[in-house]
Amino acid sequence: MNRQLPLSRRSFLLTVGAAGAGLTLGFKAQAADPAQPPSPFQAYLRISPDSTVTILSAHMDMGQGIYSGIALLVAEELDLDPAAIAVEGAWGNPKLYGNLAWGGVAQGTGGSTAMKSSFQRYRMAGAAARAMLVEAASQAWRVSPHLVRVEHGMVIGPKGRKASIGPFAEAAAAQPVPAEPRLKSPTEWRLIGKEGFRRLDSAAKSTGRQIYTADLRLPGMLTAVLARPPLFGATVKSFDATAAKKVPGVVEVATTSRGVAVIATDTWTAIKGRQALSVEWDQTHAETRGSAQLWAEYRRLAGESTPAPIAASRGNPDQALKRAVARIDATYEFPYLAHAAMEPLNAVAARTGDMIEVWGGHQMPDLYRALAAKAAGVAPESVRLHVMMTGGGFGRRAVADGDVVVEAVECAKAIGWRAPVKVQWTREDDMTGGRYRPMMLHKVAAGIGLDGQPLGWRHRIVGQSIGAGTPFEKMLVHDGVDHTSVEGVSDSPYAPADFHCDLISPKVGVPVLWWRSVGHTHTAFVTETLIDEMAVLAGKDPLAYRRALLAAHPRHLAVLDLVAAKAGWGEKLPPGRFRGLAVHQSFGSVVAQVAEIVLDGKGGFKVIRVVCAVDCGLAVQPDQIRAQMEGGIGFGLGAALNGRITLTDGRVDQTNFNGYEVLRLDEMPVIEVHIVPSAAPPTGVGEPGVPPIAPAVANALAAATGKRTRTLPLRS
Amino acid sequence: MRLTVNGVTHQVEAAADTPLLWVLRDHLGLTGTKYGCGAAQCGACLIQLDGKPAMACATPLSAAEGRAITTIEGISGRVAQAVTAAWTELDVPQCGYCQSGQVMAAMTLLTDNPKPTDAQIDDALSGHLCRCATYQRIRAGIHAAARKLGA
Repeated sequence: MNRQLPLSRRSFLLTVGAAGAGLTLGFKAQAADPAQPPSPFQAYLRISPDSTVTILSAHMDMGQGIYSGIALLVAEELDLDPAAIAVEGAWGNPKLYGNLAWGGVAQGTGGSTAMKSSFQRYRMAGAAARAMLVEAASQAWRVSPHLVRVEHGMVIGPKGRKASIGPFAEAAAAQPVPAEPRLKSPTEWRLIGKEGFRRLDSAAKSTGRQIYTADLRLPGMLTAVLARPPLFGATVKSFDATAAKKVPGVVEVATTSRGVAVIATDTWTAIKGRQALSVEWDQTHAETRGSAQLWAEYRRLAGESTPAPIAASRGNPDQALKRAVARIDATYEFPYLAHAAMEPLNAVAARTGDMIEVWGGHQMPDLYRALAAKAAGVAPESVRLHVMMTGGGFGRRAVADGDVVVEAVECAKAIGWRAPVKVQWTREDDMTGGRYRPMMLHKVAAGIGLDGQPLGWRHRIVGQSIGAGTPFEKMLVHDGVDHTSVEGVSDSPYAPADFHCDLISPKVGVPVLWWRSVGHTHTAFVTETLIDEMAVLAGKDPLAYRRALLAAHPRHLAVLDLVAAKAGWGEKLPPGRFRGLAVHQSFGSVVAQVAEIVLDGKGGFKVIRVVCAVDCGLAVQPDQIRAQMEGGIGFGLGAALNGRITLTDGRVDQTNFNGYEVLRLDEMPVIEVHIVPSAAPPTGVGEPGVPPIAPAVANALAAATGKRTRTLPLRS
Repeated sequence: MRLTVNGVTHQVEAAADTPLLWVLRDHLGLTGTKYGCGAAQCGACLIQLDGKPAMACATPLSAAEGRAITTIEGISGRVAQAVTAAWTELDVPQCGYCQSGQVMAAMTLLTDNPKPTDAQIDDALSGHLCRCATYQRIRAGIHAAARKLGA
């Protein structure tokens, strides 16, 4: 995730093509066939004659604000008026929209990479467009291009000449594309790194006008809900649709590869139809174990001395542990977690002429296009996607088998494409439908030497692989180790010279998936509470202890020093209040947090204040970095306090928000976010705010009670 | 059945037990009111019935007949303006899916209590889930709207 951007400025080859009357601008990677004509999709921005600018975003916006972030980058170079900007989701050409943080081979949003992938690409698009507009205007006005500039959405020339950009768009499109457009130098920036650029979507989202997939209304559209297997791995044996079809408004009951679909004129009718449906399930291959059995199995696996795939190994930890003056032997347990985005999963499919159209939260458009094509029985070129603004993701909209996308296509196909079909998951479907953050167990033996420092560390992790058996396996799993199971431990900056980390990935029928900050959701908890415990054993201040161990990690030191100063670390707190500290690197960013808790005197506690310091490279849009840290802390805190999905005999116990408790407003602490100044390329912010909060709170609790909580959620 | 929504009367053909949420969204195309849980647990579907807050997912169509229904599309007046302006100025929304309900709840609170404390905000809005956890800005947005209204 920390690779350099593979495409430098020089490796770009620019292509340009006119779409309609406006300027369309795209870049092609040099590896692409230069003879291939640019399609209307090979574009990053379009300028229409009325001067509105539509920016095509390579990344889906699920709330993280990347549409506004990309708009800011273009606006900086093209000097646009933000009010004139619209942003649409792009798709259809990985050569144009491939995620550069993933090598540029596939389009996708995830791993907190959107700004990293976009920073150069979209500034280049804006700069090239500006140069071409200047050229076009200078020709029209018969003046030297050096005398023409673009400012606040206007083209300005000598002798008071001034015009909107729109009228020049068509002539600009005919200009040669500059081989290397001049980017503004940082001293010229008016928007990047500055306060004041607001999100483009706040007004629509504050007045109910924002359209999500759930809100799509197409002529004649039907809505489907599916009866899915009650146990993971069960399949349909038979069903009786007689009663369901008697519900007025139920149009069709159809078999799909994912369950039985009840297709109706509206959502409520489909739900009622599903209630009337009777399905017999074949449970031969179903997962029937409950959480208790799974934990027993995980504990057994953790204790086995049999060799396991090795994530990291050096020195001789067993020998070192014998020299330790103190040691910690601990087991940590983390439950399954649901994403529970506010917009339950959905997608819409329709046939328009020869094209299959699919609307949805298309987090991985290339993959979803291929999956939709396969389900529809057409060529990928016959599938058109519409990337919708999405009501939360947290990882759930990036799935290898395209779940709801394929369901929508199968349902529309099942009725002979005679109407568009929306598949809507209910909250219960969403909560019980799997794809959870895996249950994880860590078993650790760590020693402390005479100098108080870590000496010998053995670490076994047990938990399902997210990557195994998916198209991502090659990228994620190496020599039996899924990187997403061990990230944050295998590469821990605290690990001493004698260190061993291995991994057992049991096969369980419960589907698992990345969940905001992925492996760091559990690895940060273990490393940061363990190091805190070592500090206490060594008689050191937790901040000073970390600083000493991280002496060779300047970014860690910087966030620690900043958070300590802002939180007043070391200052006396009122009675009943305690602090905890954590620092963790993920997705290229380093985040430190100090959590302050207050005991309620009845054995409970509340988190009342969190101070956060983040180094995410150049802070392109500071207020949105703060927003992502605030949200990440709230998301992680909810899970740390109360979040868990459990199973009984293979069935998920929690079906709605009354069983699966997420953070509510009354538990939201006051959060202060401080950003470390940096000129380095931007790194992630969507996920890195999550990992430190659970250990920071657990460390505060330990400071308060003297006891370590090693099982999440903390209030279990 | 006749329904009056945002001052407009509609004739609706739907079973009497249909939750008002789905009538608003699927029959009348008023999609600003959101489906989040269907069980009055998340607050995304908050509307007003005769000026009083109600969860549309837990209100059967039969209970809404003959009453004045206000959805996010129909809010107006000083409080509505103050809240939506504060929300926009502070960039409260992230994914935004829950924000119709948050805005409606903030309006209800500010109508009853023009200058709420943090504790009163917590009490009034803790039934409204936001998975993006924009809660800090929701609190700030309510205070900002209160200042606008007090000015």
